[in-house]
Amino acid sequence: MKILYLIGNYGLLMKQVFRKPCNRNMFWKQFMYEVDVLGIDSLGITAFISIFMGAVIAIQTASNIDNPLTPSYLVGYTTRESMILEFAPTMIGLILAGKVGSRIASEIGTMRVTEQIDALDVMGVNSASYLILPKISACLIINPFLVTLSMILGTFGGWLAMTVTGMVPSDQYISGIRYSFQLYNVFYAIVKTLVFAFIISTISATQGYNTSGGALEVGRASTKAVVYSSILIILFNLILTQLLLG
Amino acid sequence: MIEVRNLSKSFDDKLVLNKINAKFEKGKTNLVIGQSGSGKTVLLKCLIGLYEPDEGDILFDNVPVNEMNSNTKKQIRQALGMVFQGGALFDTMNIEENVMFPLSMFTKMNKSDKLERVNFCLKRVNLENVNHLTPSELSGGMKKRVAIARAIAMNPKYLFCDEPNSGLDPKTAVVIDSLIKEITEEYNITTIINTHDMNSVLELGDTVNFIYKGQNWWTGNKNNIIQADNKELKDLVYASKILRDFVKK
Repeated sequence: MKILYLIGNYGLLMKQVFRKPCNRNMFWKQFMYEVDVLGIDSLGITAFISIFMGAVIAIQTASNIDNPLTPSYLVGYTTRESMILEFAPTMIGLILAGKVGSRIASEIGTMRVTEQIDALDVMGVNSASYLILPKISACLIINPFLVTLSMILGTFGGWLAMTVTGMVPSDQYISGIRYSFQLYNVFYAIVKTLVFAFIISTISATQGYNTSGGALEVGRASTKAVVYSSILIILFNLILTQLLLG
Repeated sequence: MIEVRNLSKSFDDKLVLNKINAKFEKGKTNLVIGQSGSGKTVLLKCLIGLYEPDEGDILFDNVPVNEMNSNTKKQIRQALGMVFQGGALFDTMNIEENVMFPLSMFTKMNKSDKLERVNFCLKRVNLENVNHLTPSELSGGMKKRVAIARAIAMNPKYLFCDEPNSGLDPKTAVVIDSLIKEITEEYNITTIINTHDMNSVLELGDTVNFIYKGQNWWTGNKNNIIQADNKELKDLVYASKILRDFVKK
């Protein structure tokens, strides 16, 4: 029964969110603010994790190739494919669920318990649309950029690791990342990213918007936002993979 | 004028407001008093549209809310000013943006006109040179004054204040009380204040409605509240021993 209640609540809130904004200029201003705090502020962590994860994938792949007949350019190929197919969209999605999801839930939750949302409602502003729609839009626009950046930096991290350790020659690695490139895989990754961005922003916003009580409940809402978003990301990762690659 | 007729509201099985009747007059400070949990905040939230009443009518200038079309409701909403207990200032905006928010949202004023209006409202509540501060940089009393400035930015016809003095020192509380009274008389608006502060009652109470166990138990004003022959009201008014002893003397 609780799951039905949660789904119903989510549906009703989304109906309120996807209404025409009261004032386009205010929406645009809020959207730019969200792009900055949800997107630009996530650049550092995305870059850091991607470079190191790419390096780890390359080292693990290189150290597991025992057969001398296996071409070493496969290290570059494997790193690129791992980054595009799984690491960049899913892992970065999970990291953003933690970073961005908790931020959205705690920000909106705090606004709820300090009556800032009531203040918007009293003024006649559609608070759900004013607060949540710019966040969803910002995540949908900025997350594909973050994931594309992650793909590039992860592949670069692999090259850096191979060059520094000397496990695979640079030209072999570069030839591997150029080998059998399929644009469809990037399309698959971007579709996943968009779905995950929608999940992260809407689930977290719902948790924050429906907060009642005080600081403790804001913390709980933030935790729930991360947990529910992560579970749904894992679930939709499987569904989308089966639909698009299966 | 705002009128409430037979207003009832319950949450689950708990009846919070039980057939409340009250009139809140224009140009006067109308107080709603009662102990914590008596239902005054629920009544205020029904009046400002945050809660839907289960039964009864709310009339703004003799027009029932449930007979208004969506455009009229929108106009009424924009004619409401609300001062929340904690101020409810937007944390992500500075003071200027907070006061400017309703103007940016609902008017087509240009930036310089909006700024002029913001500065006028801030000056009206005796605040200057705070435009670029954030709410977290202000004291409790200053936050309340900014909340009042934001509430009057759109020239409201109705002003609602939920415990405007809570958490303030007695001197600042008097300043806030005087400010609300001045604004009510100056702009001839209907002001409704929720409070359990007896100083405010005696200072502001042009009309006083005492809510007890969800019912409008007593109606009067600041001049007859002290002599009122009502046990429950006396328990609230004379809750302070100092006041009891003072009145006995």
